[in-house]
Amino acid sequence: MTILKNEKDLVVPGEVLAEGLDYLPGYGAFREGDKILSKNVGIVSIRERNVGVTALSGRYMPKAGDKIIGEVLDVQMSTWFLDINSPYQASLSIGEASEEYVERGADLSRYFDVGDVLYAKIISVSKHKNIQLTMKDIMCKKLRGGKIVNITPSKVPRLIGKAGSMITMIKEKTGCNIVIGQNGRVWIKGENEDLATKAVSMVDEKSHTDGLTSRVTEFLDANPTVKTATKTDYVEGDVNAG
Amino acid sequence: MRDDGRANEELRELVIKAGVFKNAEGSAYVKMGNTVAVAGVYGPRELFPKFLQNAEKAHLKCRYNMAPFSTKDRKRPGQDRRSQEISKVIADALEPVIFTKEFPKVGIDIYIEILQGDAGTRCAGINAASVALADAGIPMRGLVAAVAAGKVDGDYVLDLTYNEEEKTKADVPVAYAPSLKKVTLLQMDGDLSHEDVRNVINVAIKGCEKVHEAQVEALKNKYREVTL
Repeated sequence: MTILKNEKDLVVPGEVLAEGLDYLPGYGAFREGDKILSKNVGIVSIRERNVGVTALSGRYMPKAGDKIIGEVLDVQMSTWFLDINSPYQASLSIGEASEEYVERGADLSRYFDVGDVLYAKIISVSKHKNIQLTMKDIMCKKLRGGKIVNITPSKVPRLIGKAGSMITMIKEKTGCNIVIGQNGRVWIKGENEDLATKAVSMVDEKSHTDGLTSRVTEFLDANPTVKTATKTDYVEGDVNAG
Repeated sequence: MRDDGRANEELRELVIKAGVFKNAEGSAYVKMGNTVAVAGVYGPRELFPKFLQNAEKAHLKCRYNMAPFSTKDRKRPGQDRRSQEISKVIADALEPVIFTKEFPKVGIDIYIEILQGDAGTRCAGINAASVALADAGIPMRGLVAAVAAGKVDGDYVLDLTYNEEEKTKADVPVAYAPSLKKVTLLQMDGDLSHEDVRNVINVAIKGCEKVHEAQVEALKNKYREVTL
């Protein structure tokens, strides 16, 4: 009948979040008898009747609709296999990668080769974790140059911020191109790559604290940038996903 | 009164720290008196050899190992019959609390190293592994706490030391998941009457609840430190 935790409380696995059947277990929570318990070490989030926990650590679990950054591991007859920073490999078939007609037996490495970094969308995840990707989305593209930073996947929404506030701020202050994958990979390219990397890592480490956007702003203002760019050519992840 | 001045149902000095290693995805340090264990967790990650993969759930791999300098006489390094058995019972003690079905085909690796042994190493190992799993962000039904109990001179005593283990009629390690109210490991080395077994288990469960509080505290402390 009652909720026992407040929004943003720190909980550990097995901790009781709510009792009675008035609430439903959301992400990172499960029902045991008439109680709702936490699955992870994380922060409580309450959305109306749903009580969930945002994990503070853990691997990325693929979900249909997520846009992710993957690295090509293998090129086969009609498919590429990508590492998507999760325990499972993803596959991208030729039909989902290119609009043009490809001859049977053509060398696919002229599109994407081993080691290439792609920003792709997950179209389906089967029960046995066969993951299908697509490049047929406006945002999807091959990422050339730049560097990849890994953050905890559950902290991606924090890095994006409310309506993209955090990431827009980092992009504006550093003038870097930044692409965020839901799988916790962040691609950064620009003059102030190192500074942007530090800011991204700062969000990762301190994601569960209050007033983070203003502290990151302070940090970026305190450090000199090479040049203030005005370019806003970037791709943005889904704010509400994850 | 016991050799070290503890009350019968009192734990040894208990220190638990979460996230002590940088390279493992989750890690923990547990000190129960003179018994010291560390655990590191990797995964879920792709599992090889492939025949171990299970299409329904994750495979839990556990390796319990004692350091050569952990005992009075040097321990011959490497896996032996005893450590293999303990590795297996620890994996079995932890599996009921892990949502293995959320991760088909993958493996979760738990490495437990005993740096110093003074009885109760499997319990310290379970305590460390359970905190390390939570630290690695693996979805769990709750933490598992473990402690041994026994009967010395007619008294039920908790958290035996090596010297007490020599004197006890039986040494009963118990692992308990407080959130599910379930015992996940129960072993007994020795002879006890029906009634004694029941009482010893109850003493151990009470001890597990105290250990559990320390585990929760350790996990929360890891994040409190960053906040300040």
